[in-house]
Amino acid sequence: MSNAALNMEMDDTPQEETKTGFEVFSRVAKYSIVRLVMLFLMVLIGVYLTILVANMGGYVDEMRRGFIQEMVSVAIFADESAEMKRMTPEEKNRLIEQQVALAEKRLGLDKPFVIRSFGFLQNAITLNLGRADLMISDSGSKTVRLILLERLPPTLVLWGLANIMLFFMSLFFALFLSRRYGSLIDKLIIALAPTSSAPAWFYGLFLILIFAAIFQILPFGSMVDAPPPESPVMYALSVGKHLILPVSAIIFSAVFLNAYNWRTFFLIYSSEDYVEMAKAKGLSDREIERRYVLRPTLPTIITSFALILISLWTGAIILETVFNWPGLGRALYRAIGLYDTPVIVGSTVIYAYLLAITVFLLDFVYALVDPRVRIGGKGRST
Amino acid sequence: MNRLKNLFKELSSYPSAVIGLIIISILVGISVYTIISIPYSEAIRLWRGGEEVWFDTPKNALPIWTNWFRSAKLPDTIKMNSEDASIEKSIEVVSDDTTTISFSFTFDYNFDDFPQEISLFFENKYDVKAPYISLRWLTPDGREIQVAEFKAEHSKDYRFTQDSKLERRLDGLPAVHGLFADLTAERPFLVRGTYQLFVDAMMFEDDADVDAELVVYGQVHGLAGTDHRRRDLMVALLWGTPIALSFGLLAALGSTLTTMTISGIGTWFGGWVDEIIQRITEVNMILPLLPILIMIGTFYSKSIWLMLGVLILLNIFGSSIKTYRAVFIQVKESPYIEAARAYGASNIRIIFSYLIPRIIPMLIPQLVTLIPTFVFIEAALAVLGLGDPILPTWGKVINDARVNGALYEGQYYWMLEPSILLMVTGLAFSLLGFSLDRIFNPRLRGM
Repeated sequence: MSNAALNMEMDDTPQEETKTGFEVFSRVAKYSIVRLVMLFLMVLIGVYLTILVANMGGYVDEMRRGFIQEMVSVAIFADESAEMKRMTPEEKNRLIEQQVALAEKRLGLDKPFVIRSFGFLQNAITLNLGRADLMISDSGSKTVRLILLERLPPTLVLWGLANIMLFFMSLFFALFLSRRYGSLIDKLIIALAPTSSAPAWFYGLFLILIFAAIFQILPFGSMVDAPPPESPVMYALSVGKHLILPVSAIIFSAVFLNAYNWRTFFLIYSSEDYVEMAKAKGLSDREIERRYVLRPTLPTIITSFALILISLWTGAIILETVFNWPGLGRALYRAIGLYDTPVIVGSTVIYAYLLAITVFLLDFVYALVDPRVRIGGKGRST
Repeated sequence: MNRLKNLFKELSSYPSAVIGLIIISILVGISVYTIISIPYSEAIRLWRGGEEVWFDTPKNALPIWTNWFRSAKLPDTIKMNSEDASIEKSIEVVSDDTTTISFSFTFDYNFDDFPQEISLFFENKYDVKAPYISLRWLTPDGREIQVAEFKAEHSKDYRFTQDSKLERRLDGLPAVHGLFADLTAERPFLVRGTYQLFVDAMMFEDDADVDAELVVYGQVHGLAGTDHRRRDLMVALLWGTPIALSFGLLAALGSTLTTMTISGIGTWFGGWVDEIIQRITEVNMILPLLPILIMIGTFYSKSIWLMLGVLILLNIFGSSIKTYRAVFIQVKESPYIEAARAYGASNIRIIFSYLIPRIIPMLIPQLVTLIPTFVFIEAALAVLGLGDPILPTWGKVINDARVNGALYEGQYYWMLEPSILLMVTGLAFSLLGFSLDRIFNPRLRGM
């Protein structure tokens, strides 16, 4: 059902006017590029703010200075060479000072913060996130970028799957309910809608309690069995088994509210005159639903879904922590525990990117389905 | 006043609103009761006091009401102090400088399971030479067991369960099992009845004295149970209520009121002011809220009030600015605004007296539904280990339970109690919010 809703796009375009195909494409492309540039500027500002927060009061600089000081003194006092032994403590101190100054200069710590902050910004935007203090990636590297990129696929698998399922399930439920308006199941879903006030991680706790602790049929957390199965098929099955609970938690936390809200959109739109007209013409219910109800509500639904996605990203960190899912959120949680500043700042930057990409993708879909962008002319009015 | 009355009248026709309101009033009642009965300083003492506050409660004890649902009743804690009048001390002078003091603790043990631990906490008075204590245990079936003999310093703690000599004497059984079971039987079983512990102390000074408190730790405690540090969870559950409510309410109020004002100002002045506000809102949309809160929690302070401030700050330019703006743009063109402008009302007056009041109906449901969001954000921070370092909150109890493996070890009550409270709070506010939404947005009525 819901697939048909999106496929309609492809069906309709050639039917309407084949020669405007290119025009539509260029309009969508133009709209997308403008949005992309806007979003990039937004990421730039967002990341800069993040850097400011992370460096507020020079706290991070202070930590780095302390770190350099310690490294240099340890290196000098541990140096057992004859040349070092001849030095008096004063001479050693002077040497330490010199080396610290050199190291600070090399790292640019002698310049004022404002200038350095732009350097940080450039590094952050290009994902040149420096080296972790304590954490190491599975491949043994201390580069923050590698640590975080290694964590990205599990996060994307979990969130991609959960969100796609959430979208289609909500759409399906909403259509189903709008057809059975006022029935028992409709009332039940309305009654369940307030449960969405609790976030996904919270339902995760309950699901773990029920299915892992009491019934012991599903794993407590993590991504694959330990040790991981050898064959790719078994590996995928094992990942699938571990996905059940977190994905259910995400879906459960949002699906009822979505179904309720979208059902209301559908009901509002199905009382429009043109729907009555279509009914009078004798079109089938399916047809009416597809062409006259789903079609005009789609942009609104996508916008509402975008907002849900953004709030779900926020919960990602805790959900991954609760389920021990080896994604970005879990890496961030560990970094907090270890006070690993570069990793914390790095993950914040990556989250900003992920949010921006999410917003962009939804904008793109929006551009595809919104007639004002596709056929009309003026683009999206905010 | 009349309008408020009408609102309540209308609300009472929605069962979900009534349920929500009842739950919210109960929560508010609990908060008021908590703040009065356990003052802040007392709560902090009970929650962060240290071993001397929690020594006489069992570890990870289940709530007492779990006994209602099981046939084998778990034991409650038994506490007796020799300073009480009910325990008689007999003093006997043996020689010039030696006296003996003896007393006994007598108690009935009628539970279906063994206690968790047994300990004796001494409070002795002497100058130089510590008294010498010997302990005997008398079971209901008349067996006498020599427990231990030791020199007791001023505040000696004798823990039966940690005495390996006693364990050897009890056929290698742990002390709690050995002392309460019939060892002569083939398979030792729990013996119910009256137990006695005799304390004989030999003193070597004139005004020396011996006092002791016997604690037979049970497996259940209070209405909420205890955690891994023997703390009564009730303190945290009770104090979590006012904290959660005030945090949620303040954050929701703070963010909606500022958002509303900024949106009103932006729409009224239009032009570049509006443009800037729109752009800031868009930047704010992709600012990762939780990671920023986490950074602040790790780098600066975990104080709940700082988090509250930052949360409000990050929510000022929330996505609701756009929703309000849509309404303001319509209102801005209304004739009465025109009239206000014509008689020369100032911008400030128009914004605050004519524009903003128009969206209050829209705002109230949103405010109410926002409260649980913030309550859960606070809990989320606590679950990440960034809870307030001093205050006991629900989220911190959940975090303790999670970190200490409550789910793996079957201590479900520990996780469930704060979770259910959070759930109930969230549901109450969103039930009320949903009904308010229908009342204030007539378009939704009947749908």
